Amino acid sequence: MSGEPILTVENLGVKFDNNEVLRGLNFFIQKEDVLAIVGPNGAGKSVLLRALLGLVPYSGKINWAPGIKIGYVPQKFNIDKDLPLSVEEFFKFKEKKLEKIISALKSVGITDEHHIEHHILKQRLGWLSGGQIQRILIAWSIIDNPDVLLFDEPTAGIDVGGEETIYNLLKKLKDERGFTVLLISHDLNIVYKYANSVICVNKEMVCHGEPNTVLDPASLAKLYGGETSFYKHEHNH
Amino acid sequence: MNIITNPLFLQFLVGITIGLGAGYLGSFMILKRMSLVGDAISHVALPGIAVALIFKINPFLGAFAALLLAVVAIWFLEKKTNLPSETLVGIFFALSLAVGILITPQPELLEALFGDITKIGPFDALITLVLTVIMFLVMFKIHRGLTLSVISKELAQSMGVNVSKSSFLFLLLIALVVALGLKVVGVFLMGALVIVPAAAAKNISISLGDFIKLSAFFGGISALGGILLANYLNLHPGPIVVLTSGAIFLLTLLFKK
Repeated sequence: MSGEPILTVENLGVKFDNNEVLRGLNFFIQKEDVLAIVGPNGAGKSVLLRALLGLVPYSGKINWAPGIKIGYVPQKFNIDKDLPLSVEEFFKFKEKKLEKIISALKSVGITDEHHIEHHILKQRLGWLSGGQIQRILIAWSIIDNPDVLLFDEPTAGIDVGGEETIYNLLKKLKDERGFTVLLISHDLNIVYKYANSVICVNKEMVCHGEPNTVLDPASLAKLYGGETSFYKHEHNH
Repeated sequence: MNIITNPLFLQFLVGITIGLGAGYLGSFMILKRMSLVGDAISHVALPGIAVALIFKINPFLGAFAALLLAVVAIWFLEKKTNLPSETLVGIFFALSLAVGILITPQPELLEALFGDITKIGPFDALITLVLTVIMFLVMFKIHRGLTLSVISKELAQSMGVNVSKSSFLFLLLIALVVALGLKVVGVFLMGALVIVPAAAAKNISISLGDFIKLSAFFGGISALGGILLANYLNLHPGPIVVLTSGAIFLLTLLFKK
């Protein structure tokens, strides 16, 4: 790895009403890294991303390189079938120019311009499939050319095949645009395949480094509280 | 007779203004899944009206003050506690209705409960117009953040939206429109005037733009049609306005998207 750090985190801690969610995290990310954040449910992974975005109060230091623009795809979004909001309106909260919207949709693999203009943009956002909504959210988050993309994997709603292509898509976008990616994933296969760096979080940092080196059975046992079967299961796919 | 003091003209002016405002705000209440908030908080207005009547001040002011207290309480509950606010809101508002019925002077009770737009004066009309315009102006400022926060609070925050502040402003505007609308349909039916036009609009809209505009339009049309019909049939306008919006809702069900 080379290049300068784009983000440095020192002794990061987050507390909600005296309930310690994260403590003593230290790590950094370099330009064009793909950093995966792994850990059990409730380990504070999503909170970590929100702290990095400055959305929750924290202690310690979070230093982004100056002038960094951050794109964000949250884990939870509430897009019901009956939400009256067209895809075009959703984009226009952020970008008014139609050609920019179309170009963002093209870069997430929705390429047919006629289809975009006549079927996607005028459609209710909630009528699209889970996979399509995910693509739309990614297009939305990259439309203003961020330097860093924070991607919080949804826990439900997307089938496994769809998940695979979303990560292929993220990798393709990263290669094309040269941005840095921080992603939360529940699937260690995804981490091995796409990330060049990983941090394991369970309130505190359990491991940090390259996936192949640091994700050994011992640290996974520590991370998931002895549930090594989870680890093995993931590798039997 | 001067048109500004013509009772029917004033009824239409105030009715349509409130209908537009209530329909417009209602669309965002439906988006935010707050359909019953209008119903619940409008009940709180009753003790406010009662106190205003007892001290002989404008009932609108009393109602608005009581509603302000109520929305601050809701906002506080939402923010500070993890208690099921539904339950608390239900209990708190039913109790204030009970208190209101007890202390409202008998002759005015029926008017407070069901509204009486026929008694509207030029000054009420002016207040209604000015405050409704202010409501629209504030909404134009905050509607983007409100809608984004419906999709994802985190996403809205990451775009620099102060979610807590815009929710609070939105509650204040609900209090304002509910207080203004009490003259038209009263404590019991105001909740319907906020929600029914919006629910009708939602049936037939794909986009947010259509939804909001139609919702305001249905609110205005309900008021116009209701007042016309009530005058023609010599009935109480409040319930007829709400029934008109109900008829529109049933019609839109036929064309549901």
